[in-house]
Amino acid sequence: MSQIPTTVFDKVWDSHVVRKIEDGPDVFFIDRHFIHEVTSPVAFLGLESRGLKVMFPEKTFATADHNTPTINQHLPVQDPLSANQLKALETNSSKYGISHWGLGNPKNGIVHVVGPENGITLPGMTIVCGDSHTSTHGAFGAIAFGIGTSEVEMVLSSQCIMQPKPKKMRINVNGKLGKGVTPKDVVLYIIAKLTAAGATGYFVEYAGDVFEQMSMEGRMTVCNMSIEMGARGGIIAPDETTFAYIKGREKAPKGEAWDKALAYWKTLKTDAGATFDQEHTFDAADIEPMITYGTNPGMGLGITQHIPSAASGSGKASYEKSLNYMGFHEEESMLGKKVDYVFIGSCTNGRIEDFRAFASIVKGRKKADHVTAWIVPGSHIVEQQIKEEGILDILTDAGFQLRQPGCSACLAMNDDKIPAGKYAVSTSNRNFEGRQGPGARTLLASPLVAAAAAVTGVVTDPRVLMAD
Amino acid sequence: MAYDKFTVLRSSAVPMPIENVDTDQIIPARFLKATERKGFGDNLFRDWRYENDNTPKKDFVLNNPIYSGKILVAGKNFGSGSSREHAAWAIYDYGFRCVVSSFFADIFKNNSLNIGILPVQVSAVFLDKIFTAIEADPKAELEVNLPEQTITIAATGESEKFDINSYKKHNLQNGYDDIDYLQAMKSEIETFAAKSMY
Repeated sequence: MSQIPTTVFDKVWDSHVVRKIEDGPDVFFIDRHFIHEVTSPVAFLGLESRGLKVMFPEKTFATADHNTPTINQHLPVQDPLSANQLKALETNSSKYGISHWGLGNPKNGIVHVVGPENGITLPGMTIVCGDSHTSTHGAFGAIAFGIGTSEVEMVLSSQCIMQPKPKKMRINVNGKLGKGVTPKDVVLYIIAKLTAAGATGYFVEYAGDVFEQMSMEGRMTVCNMSIEMGARGGIIAPDETTFAYIKGREKAPKGEAWDKALAYWKTLKTDAGATFDQEHTFDAADIEPMITYGTNPGMGLGITQHIPSAASGSGKASYEKSLNYMGFHEEESMLGKKVDYVFIGSCTNGRIEDFRAFASIVKGRKKADHVTAWIVPGSHIVEQQIKEEGILDILTDAGFQLRQPGCSACLAMNDDKIPAGKYAVSTSNRNFEGRQGPGARTLLASPLVAAAAAVTGVVTDPRVLMAD
Repeated sequence: MAYDKFTVLRSSAVPMPIENVDTDQIIPARFLKATERKGFGDNLFRDWRYENDNTPKKDFVLNNPIYSGKILVAGKNFGSGSSREHAAWAIYDYGFRCVVSSFFADIFKNNSLNIGILPVQVSAVFLDKIFTAIEADPKAELEVNLPEQTITIAATGESEKFDINSYKKHNLQNGYDDIDYLQAMKSEIETFAAKSMY
């Protein structure tokens, strides 16, 4: 009897259901749990008030990232509230026996950068964190998604959460990407097509030529932004690219354990004939470098295009509110708009490939005088690579400075805030009102578009600065 | 954290006919620095509610005394973006017990249910009817009946059914939470964990 064809998502999900509740959620087992300083303290308070212990402390990993300064990390943290949160993470981790990579630790960095680069993230795992961009880890063929603090407490105390199984969507992008078109552009294009709520209720599998040929860094960028179209997460079936990335990393399996794991990982494919609740297919040739013009990540367009006119109907007022916040008008061109700040970093684009791309444009050029640029590696390991590969020299020659790792201006919890009214081209993931500081105006884009803006001082098509 | 049981809620409502209200609007990141769950209601919709010098913005609905109540009614895709449960805490702490929209972001919906806020998803047509009713009378009452899974506009009697799974419904009606449930099945989880390859 032949088996019913299933998806990689089904294979991983179904193997982690401890109990199915009729007309209720699944009791879902979690293999890896990441915590950071902002969404964990209240969960630990909850444990204490109930007198509960951490069930499997070895399955939880703590890193400080959201609320950390990106300069002078060797000095005491100035903001007493931030310092208090960082201290709480350290104290709670120590008390419950959880591995903690705090500020100053050479392994420290953004949770979604350090998990993969240290081999903690593996195919077939279920991974959660009190952070919506946990979807990043889906690049490895894991089921990974963000949770709330009540759920952090559940994972700490029982290694499970209660989750209804999402519906399934597949997004195929076939063909070959054009010059200057990066994984960030691919995902901004998909979100623009589907809208900021287009995948709510779904878990997305990315498939097709473009993702098969993409590096792990690129796949992480794509899966990272799945949440920006409302999806719980994104997943890409693991392949030789995945296995090559993982092999030899510190916490990856070794020897016999590697062989056994690899044999299992190779089964994590979507079978021919498996069905999805929704499927979309796009042509890579239709994608150009992207930029956003509004206040949600679905409001993006090709960099040479003009801001659309508001459609009539219920969304008109929200659309006008958005353009008003941005100080933009319908039918305007994005090219040539003045840029005040450039931010490269975050869990979306804070990996080594992103800094290589940025450096490829700024090499031999100079930072525009009026632009303030914040260049923030995703981790100390990335920072080290930037130095070793000579990227730091290129940046320094062009008038840029490298900061220290952290979430930084992506959510502006630390001092890295874009001032009110200023325009920032940012490689991060959200252009919401005030996301990068009260009144800040964010244009989301790739590291190439960010670099082109940094050297010209205006929104610029990076292709005109690239060699053929 | 214990929350009040939810059965039938009859209240006037606060209208917010804006789409895609993300959790950064509900509570901006710079107010997430507490290590305890208290006081978040003060910063609910902070940047829409207050000027930079902390004076209330007159045109924002929470600052308009003609609107009040335990129900927030918002445009579609409410609660998108960050997973911060602080957004749900701020809504609860401010005094809302129910949020009505035609569409909720998944994580916000889970967070709300976990702390005792009922997210009621209605059709776009019914959402418009609610906004119209509140426009006609700012004190217009809505009745949210969890046992019956209905929401009714009191003045007109117009009503719509809403979905909630029976497990979560039972929890909300009794003030139970998932942690209680999971603690009761620890040995089953132990057995499952022993077979895990990770």
